[in-house]
Amino acid sequence: MTMSRQGVQPTEVIDRAAKLRFRWNGKRFSGFEGDTIASALAASGEQIFSRSMKYHRPRGILTADYWDPNLMVQVGDDPNVRAGHRLLESGMDVRSQNAWPSLNRDIKAANSLFGRFLTAGFYYKTFMRPQWLWPTYERVLATFAPGGKIDLDTPHAYHDKRYTHPDVVVAGAGPAGIEAALAASGEGASVLLVSHEHAVGGHLRYSSDAADQAALAELRAALDASDVEVLTDSTVTGRYEDNWLGIVQRNHPIAVERLIKARAKTLVAAPGLIERPYVFEGNDRPGVITSGAARRLANLWGVKPGERAVVFSANADGDAAAADLERVGTEIAAVIDGRTGGRISSTSGSSRAVDAVVADGASIDADLLVVAAGWTAPTSLLNMAGDRPVYDPAAARFFPSDPPSNVLATGGLAGDADLDGLRQHGAATGRLAAARAAAVRHRLQSRTARALPVDGDEPAWAPDERVPLGRDPHPELYRADTHGMVDMSEDISSKDLVAAAHEGYDSVELAKRYTTATMGPSQGKLETVNTVAAIAEARGETISQVGTTVWRPPYAPLTLGALAGRMFEPVRVSPIHPWHEANNVSIIQAGQWLRPDHYGDPAAEVRNVRENVGLIDVTPLGKLDLRGPDVPKLLSLLYVNKWMKLGVGRVRYGMMCAEDGVVLDDGVTGRLGEDHYMMSTTSSGAGGVWEWVENWLQTERPDWQVHVTPVTTAYASINVAGPKSRELMSRVCEGVDLDAEAFPYMTVREATVAGVAGCFMWRIGFTGELSFELHVPAGHGLHVWEALMDSGSDLGVGPFGLEAQRIMRLEKGHFIVGQDTDGLTLGPSTGLGSLIKLDKDDFAGKPELAWAADRSLPMVVAIQPDDPDVVPEEAAQIVRGDTNEILGRITSSRYSPTLNRSICLGQVEPDLAAGGTKVTVLLESGERIGATVIDHHAHFDPAGERLRG
Amino acid sequence: MLLVPCPNCGPRNSTDLRYGGESHARPDPNTASPAEWRAYLYLRDNPAGWLRENWYCASGCRRWFSIERNTATNEFRDPPLPGDKRGGAA
Repeated sequence: MTMSRQGVQPTEVIDRAAKLRFRWNGKRFSGFEGDTIASALAASGEQIFSRSMKYHRPRGILTADYWDPNLMVQVGDDPNVRAGHRLLESGMDVRSQNAWPSLNRDIKAANSLFGRFLTAGFYYKTFMRPQWLWPTYERVLATFAPGGKIDLDTPHAYHDKRYTHPDVVVAGAGPAGIEAALAASGEGASVLLVSHEHAVGGHLRYSSDAADQAALAELRAALDASDVEVLTDSTVTGRYEDNWLGIVQRNHPIAVERLIKARAKTLVAAPGLIERPYVFEGNDRPGVITSGAARRLANLWGVKPGERAVVFSANADGDAAAADLERVGTEIAAVIDGRTGGRISSTSGSSRAVDAVVADGASIDADLLVVAAGWTAPTSLLNMAGDRPVYDPAAARFFPSDPPSNVLATGGLAGDADLDGLRQHGAATGRLAAARAAAVRHRLQSRTARALPVDGDEPAWAPDERVPLGRDPHPELYRADTHGMVDMSEDISSKDLVAAAHEGYDSVELAKRYTTATMGPSQGKLETVNTVAAIAEARGETISQVGTTVWRPPYAPLTLGALAGRMFEPVRVSPIHPWHEANNVSIIQAGQWLRPDHYGDPAAEVRNVRENVGLIDVTPLGKLDLRGPDVPKLLSLLYVNKWMKLGVGRVRYGMMCAEDGVVLDDGVTGRLGEDHYMMSTTSSGAGGVWEWVENWLQTERPDWQVHVTPVTTAYASINVAGPKSRELMSRVCEGVDLDAEAFPYMTVREATVAGVAGCFMWRIGFTGELSFELHVPAGHGLHVWEALMDSGSDLGVGPFGLEAQRIMRLEKGHFIVGQDTDGLTLGPSTGLGSLIKLDKDDFAGKPELAWAADRSLPMVVAIQPDDPDVVPEEAAQIVRGDTNEILGRITSSRYSPTLNRSICLGQVEPDLAAGGTKVTVLLESGERIGATVIDHHAHFDPAGERLRG
Repeated sequence: MLLVPCPNCGPRNSTDLRYGGESHARPDPNTASPAEWRAYLYLRDNPAGWLRENWYCASGCRRWFSIERNTATNEFRDPPLPGDKRGGAA
């Protein structure tokens, strides 16, 4: 087979004035604008494009399009590029994959000598034993793995996403698809037409028939004049519930790939048909191509596919291929007519080229065999919509069965007709799609209570009155009287499938997984029906009886980058963030928030709070504004403790449990006015507690008068902590008596701070020091922070971050929900069981907590390692002696700069919870250390004198 | 992706809402036996067919509502009601 470029063809898509230079395996080549990588190489006489996956056999062009399994190449740092589809660009560095040391001399081709041993399940059977050799097997086999090379240094490329809500999406831009788009648009529908190819037109593009070309020009002109949005080089990859579609756009001007998420009111599936290869001995020898490949090469790119051809034709496309080949100068040695019983048996020649074709018992010298053996209906989108297509032996392909009425098939997928018939069916489908889309649109709009009113009644669901397409008879041609390759991507032969069936893997889904047939890069587009046919033959049954595999998304591959798209996750920062950034902050990400972790030295920050005064930005703390006469009842229902008698200006700590008694959240809630409360939640629990509150109010107690407003980000929150905090506050506060008697621990006051009115000030703190928690209207947060810093410079005021706060709360033994508790920690396990008031009429989790009160439970306890310099890792296990019996774990651990020793919180079995109990902690290193449970949670100031000060 | 008919916001992508699970009456916490309470916490009918379930319009109007959905076909049956029974424990 010698391919070469011929004279100008009227249908060609190349610009012969625009020469593009590129490299193929390091050598210089050139092609024209409009060439694919494969057509440019073919025009230059290249025959071998890859080595097959298992046997490393030389492989040439098969289909010359996106689905060609033999044309996977590496382009620069981009692996697994489909050279049959990707357009040539100037300067491309194209390399072959899966060949070593080179495409022409591949040492692993020795595999083919052992080919008869590499049958189905070979790897499973051969590399099972001994098990200790698995890592070695893996290492060696990995070097045989197919595919391109991933460059870990490749910079991140830009990917994009788009959301769109067209009335009608038409998947496939052949004549039927274009007519459907035009007709739907003509009815007033917004239409998105998606073409898998680089240009619309479908099979008309590579037809040399004058009437086909005239129709193509007419359709393109009509599209240009219409409002239809056309996407080329794009594929509808999936159809999900309610016509939610994934579309990958590969030719976006900026993004490498763009994922379009479209909510279509109706979907028209018009993907056309995929030409099916034929199975016979030597069918994977370079020089055996499909009729579509022959016609694309000749008509789109002016490439003569070979010197002397045998054409095996079972349909009109095969006949047209023979005519096209003659026109570009290929001698037709024979046309074997598959409709009248003509049969191909094998090819012969070297592993690299065909030199003869055995047909009808005679050997014919030829360097090219063109095969037109039939069609596969790509029913993928119908399958994803729930349809189970049925096989028609008379037409030798699958047809739609009963897709949902908002998914309509047209074109070759739906049946056969001449060009006018296909166009008429397409147009009728487009009109039906538009009518049904109008009904869906009306329904969506009228069901939206706050949308603009829509006129009139919902249009009736339009009946399907299309004249159905016919079904052309076609011989069932799957395998000749010889065996050959079924799946070229995975090197699976019909023999392998028969063997698998005889081994018991005789259902098509089992055989597929056992042999990996249809599981390679072409994902069944070319080989599914041949696989089914081989299984059917082995079982002595028909294709209808065997059934087929289910086509699942994605229909065409898309990159992980396209799925990831751009980063849409919002990042939240407090109004004080600019100050942190200007002051040597080290940031930690906590949920969506970026928070100060420390400002250089957390231990120094701890000492400054213990000795002087420090400020921490706690803006992410969850805050809910609660108003109404029934707030105390709500609090009593959600917290385990009592709330009915909380006085105005008072603050109380509360613990929330879920209905299963597990600790859900904790925080303080204060009464700001007669019917006005503010609830604080943990930072991470802010969103969840809000939903929890809404759920109880809306579904269980809808009669209660409570209004909930989340105000987390409406206030900037600052905790001012340390023995000098009162002095600092007195310099900036107006209108509040800060004296310990007048404003004691666990109370709240409204105040003007640094000139900002409407601030709330709580006498609470997580650090164990005298502290004031300020909630400042967010717009003034930075101002108040700076005022505090300025006013307290002589007091040694400084910022402290989350790490210092975590150390200080651990010194005080305050647990953190989710850190020291887990999804099984019941309320009493926190050590705060006395908060739980079972005499209340009702509260969330009450029955479980009542039953738990009689049981001994694992407990959260404070633990101190005997060696004060050893800080066990968080999650280190507490074990029994020298055994591995797990009795608990360390949940928090730090070195305390206040006590100069390591301190921990942990969860332990009930019998280890008493103060003074000696426990053994198993470190990650394997070392075991002794530690002692202490009899209260606070390592520091257990009496709490400092914070009450 | 499923379109869920919020009574206020209209049909919305299911990712705009939080699924609240099967509607499930909360037993009287003062009289429920452990078996009754744990059935409320953990046991669901999970039918293949019509099911009344709760949704929370988390990215929209923040209303809990309950609606019948056919779990076999994903068809919704009007009308949506205000959430009247809580879903499972959080």
